Amino acid sequence: MGNSKIVALVIFFTTYVGILLYVYASKRRSKRLESYKYIPLQDEEGADVDKKAESNHEQRD
Amino acid sequence: MAHSAVTSTDQYNYEIIKKFAIMAVVWAVLGMGAGVYIASELAWPFLNFDIAEITFGRLRPVHTTLVIFGFGGNALFATSYYVVQRTCQARLYSDALAGFTFWGWNLSLVLGVVGYMAGYSQGREYAEFIWPIDLLIAVTWVVYFWVFVQTLRRRSQPHIYVANWFYLAFILATALLHIFNNLAVPVSLFSLESYSLFSGVQDAMTQWWYGHNAVGFFLTAAFLGMMYYFVPKQAGRPVYSYRLSIIHFWALIFLYMWVGAHHLHWTALPDWTSSLAATFSILLLLPSWGGMINGIMTLSGAWDKLRSDPIMLFLITSLSFYGMSTFEGPMMSLKSVNALSHYTDWTVGHVHSGALGWVAMVSIGSFYHMVPRLWDTKIYSVKLIYVHFFLATIGIVLYITSMWVAGIGQGLMLRAFDEYGNLAYTFVESVTFLHGPYVVRAIGGMFFLTGAVIMAYNFYMTVRAAKREQAAIEAKIAAKMANA
Repeated sequence: MGNSKIVALVIFFTTYVGILLYVYASKRRSKRLESYKYIPLQDEEGADVDKKAESNHEQRD
Repeated sequence: MAHSAVTSTDQYNYEIIKKFAIMAVVWAVLGMGAGVYIASELAWPFLNFDIAEITFGRLRPVHTTLVIFGFGGNALFATSYYVVQRTCQARLYSDALAGFTFWGWNLSLVLGVVGYMAGYSQGREYAEFIWPIDLLIAVTWVVYFWVFVQTLRRRSQPHIYVANWFYLAFILATALLHIFNNLAVPVSLFSLESYSLFSGVQDAMTQWWYGHNAVGFFLTAAFLGMMYYFVPKQAGRPVYSYRLSIIHFWALIFLYMWVGAHHLHWTALPDWTSSLAATFSILLLLPSWGGMINGIMTLSGAWDKLRSDPIMLFLITSLSFYGMSTFEGPMMSLKSVNALSHYTDWTVGHVHSGALGWVAMVSIGSFYHMVPRLWDTKIYSVKLIYVHFFLATIGIVLYITSMWVAGIGQGLMLRAFDEYGNLAYTFVESVTFLHGPYVVRAIGGMFFLTGAVIMAYNFYMTVRAAKREQAAIEAKIAAKMANA
């Protein structure tokens, strides 16, 4: 118990540095991670596709 | 236009989102109305009318419950169900269970506020619900978690978008906080009263571990989830840095859990515990501002939108208030500052700069984006959004500045000594001093409430127009079919 605070500090600090390295160290990974930021904008395209499909469907009718 | 709504409704469960959105607006108006009334009671005490049910002590938890859990909670249910479906491109898991979360949550709120007015309360701030309602909330929350996780599992997108991380952290943390803070022993099986499982300073620490993490996870993490979806959507451009959002998430959720004890400086709590909480509070400034910068910089290169888009005004102003209140909070957590600010109205002002400036404004901005899309129509009046924005902003500024004056003045008066070491002011003198700021605060609240009523009217007219469009299209189709 006496060293628990130091041990906790080492574990949490190492984990944090690990996350930083994971996120920023590799260029390829950075590119992949940054590509995810377009997800909210892709759902609009999906909705547009639905609308186009719907209007095509209407025209066929 | 309304015809494509059929497709969206098939693809996604919008009906449940509409219900939560409507209730969020209803609770917002009622909760803010209760807030304005109790603020007025403090300025003009005759408004208590010697009626126990409407005195400040009973209406105050009605106000906090309705705005935090009624408006905020329903807004979070609505937006989380909207965001998880759209970013996962999957329909919400189980319409029946999602419906259960709506009825369970809103029934708890109704029972809770009626109970408060009748005098039934646990006496724990932001956790006043009596034990049977706590049980109902716990069951509802576990179902909410299940629906959310199962929807994530059904996603078409391989990656889970960061907004959903924030929502999931909020759901998990809230379950943990609610269950542990409400551990209690009922007086008897058929009694509505109970004793907390904790006692003394441990009870206080548990309560403020809950209380501050309600701020951290319910009122911050979840609304950051909202921000990470609706700011990019409204701006029409992706978030500034996805990698920063990852660091923001992990740093924020790790640090928040430790800071609750800063509510208990200069009490029977061990000194090291409150120092630890203050240290983590200062550290929290980094992820908070990282997130704020990430949100605001999303507009980088498109600042002109602030001139032409009132929804963007709401969203970016909310982030500015988020930055301001997350600077003020760590500062107030310092023991020396806290010695002046604690037990004064400065705390009330700080809470409202976060609650009105950040939470309400980001929710309102998100709703102005989401509501027309849910009903597949256009907003009734853009001009009214501008009116709402300026009323809300003026209201917040009046509220915060009056509470700074009240709180700092109050703190200074209560700590002032004369040359003989006696208190320089009596308590009543500090109460007299507060009258002016209390009047300004009530006026500020009235501004904000008026804005909320205008928003409710704007949404009502929007939905009415959407229904008319839908009816016209259906009539056209029916006529076409009859002629064919």
